[in-house]
Amino acid sequence: MSEKLALNTGHEGSTRDQLASYFSRLKSGDMGPLPAVGAAILLMVLFSLLSNVFLTPINLTNLLVQSATLIMLTSALVFVILLAEIDLSAGVTFGTGMAIFVKLNQSSPNTWILNLLLAFVFGVAVGWFMGFFVAKIGVPSFVISLALYLAFPGVMLIILGEGGILTLQVPEVMAIMNGTMPLWAGWLLLAICLGVTAAMSLWDRSRRLKANLPVRPLTLLAMKLGGIAVIGAVIVQICNIDRRQGGLLNTSSPGYHPIQGMPIVVPFVVVILFICTFMLDRTRYGRHLYAVGGNPEAARRAGIKVAKIRMTAFIICSTLAMIAGVFNVSRIGNVESGAGKSIVLEGVAAAVVGGVSLFGGRGRLAYAALGAFVISTIDNGLGLLGVPAGLNFIITGSVLLVAATIDALARKRAGGSLVR
Amino acid sequence: MSAPVIELTGITKSFGPVDVLKGVNLVVHPGKVTALVGDNGAGKSTLIKGLAGVQPYDHGTVLFEGQEVQLTTPRQASALGIEVVYQDLALCENLDIVQNMFLGREEISQLTLDESNMEFAAVKALESLSVKTVKSVRQKVSSLSGGQRQTVAIARTVLRDAKVVILDEPTAALGVAQTEQVLNLVRRLADKGIAVVIISHNLIDVFKVADDIAVLYLGNMVAQLKTSETNHNDVIGYITGIKGSKETK
Repeated sequence: MSEKLALNTGHEGSTRDQLASYFSRLKSGDMGPLPAVGAAILLMVLFSLLSNVFLTPINLTNLLVQSATLIMLTSALVFVILLAEIDLSAGVTFGTGMAIFVKLNQSSPNTWILNLLLAFVFGVAVGWFMGFFVAKIGVPSFVISLALYLAFPGVMLIILGEGGILTLQVPEVMAIMNGTMPLWAGWLLLAICLGVTAAMSLWDRSRRLKANLPVRPLTLLAMKLGGIAVIGAVIVQICNIDRRQGGLLNTSSPGYHPIQGMPIVVPFVVVILFICTFMLDRTRYGRHLYAVGGNPEAARRAGIKVAKIRMTAFIICSTLAMIAGVFNVSRIGNVESGAGKSIVLEGVAAAVVGGVSLFGGRGRLAYAALGAFVISTIDNGLGLLGVPAGLNFIITGSVLLVAATIDALARKRAGGSLVR
Repeated sequence: MSAPVIELTGITKSFGPVDVLKGVNLVVHPGKVTALVGDNGAGKSTLIKGLAGVQPYDHGTVLFEGQEVQLTTPRQASALGIEVVYQDLALCENLDIVQNMFLGREEISQLTLDESNMEFAAVKALESLSVKTVKSVRQKVSSLSGGQRQTVAIARTVLRDAKVVILDEPTAALGVAQTEQVLNLVRRLADKGIAVVIISHNLIDVFKVADDIAVLYLGNMVAQLKTSETNHNDVIGYITGIKGSKETK
């Protein structure tokens, strides 16, 4: 810091100043992920009081795996929601893609990698198709995606044949949701997460110092890393407990082998979330995506190719949705003709719970993923309690309404504009 | 006086049978604030859109720093250093000040957005205009007042090394204190050697800030006056056509 800048950059002051300004932002209604975090904690406390199964390692790991599909689908949707668009067909797109995948596997099981690739090509094509109608022709995304939402279950039915269901017989794909990693791999994953977070922060810091800008105290970074380390360690430790213990089989019985270790899907989710967040926060593309979502006219006048951004957002959405599809088929083990129909609205709900504005331009991917975890927790907990399915839907709907209301009220208080 | 940065001669523009500009001349000097006044329908916006490259002129010559230039696309105008701040400002409320100032021209280093250098340049640009009212350059534009938004939009032109900045009614929606701030900003912009063209309906503002006043009346440039050598009544006379038309008769 060679000279004092005339204007603040938000990085000035001691740890105490930084925390104070964080709390004043909270008070003014800029709550970030707090509603979603609060909801997650509240639900976990509630369910652990109501059910003595909820906090068992087997259920918590199960919850982690369960939420992976929704987290992926929500991440996909975030790209279009940030543009104030919607993709109602993201679910059935992955359903259709997976139908293609399992169908192709039937005739040529040995080329399953190629078959999977073809499913992804299908995803890209669907995204391109929708993006074309939205960006070039001007059909509202709600309408074009609704059209696909209605059409794709039919396509699936045709692909899958009269039975309307095909099973997945690729062990490698089944392993994603059902397999576990060795115990040390969980700790390694945590170490890598911490290392990457620290490296990125220090990288930013060195760039700021080079540009003669003030930097935040290192204490804050230490606190952040500490937080990740604690939460991560708890998750890894839970995953590493033998989930079979206390079950029907006795640990000393001959056929017994422990089920323990982090599910294989976790590193997949972490890496994809990291790449997407990197893209949204640190690249020109991400900046332009937010700009188009915030004010398309301003973006256009700034020389941003608005139509191109819209097209690519839809392509990214459908492609990421296909990953959600892989998770889904890996967990369920089959594809039926209505696959992905109901989950898409949960994805939208999750994004809103995570504070992503349907008006576009506002919200963060990581928070949306947290929102997806909240919705998954509701599903999981209510399932354990044996609540009738009807009530389950009603409660999920209510949580969405509460989250959206908290968000809207907070924004109103912040003086921000509700209407774009 | 320094050589003019822009010299328009015999500019015409028609929309179908309607002649909006009927042979307009205008001279704009660097470091000076030129106010463009005239009643609704006088052709102010059309004249500006031509300079911005949005709606090319039909006939007439445009000299930029003594060279004849074609202004047929916004990109050409921008490349010459002509920047327009429209009334609606074209800011993204969901982005912060730095992000807005570099929108569409983000700097990249080490494969990622160069936030540090952009932030530094933004602070320096705001500093050069003596802007002190914003709390932090990382504030979202949605949290800024109307005057502060205008400030960001104007400072953006400084970042782009504009030689000519055209402001469309910059004070139209502002209160007294904020109008004062923006007018001071306009003055400082000119003091940096930039030629400023300001469209305004408010003659009090015009007399406060402008060096030259150009008056359009029904597509004709009826007068280009030095502010120091004229007064309210004269200018109103030209705007309403009482003065200009008498002389031409």
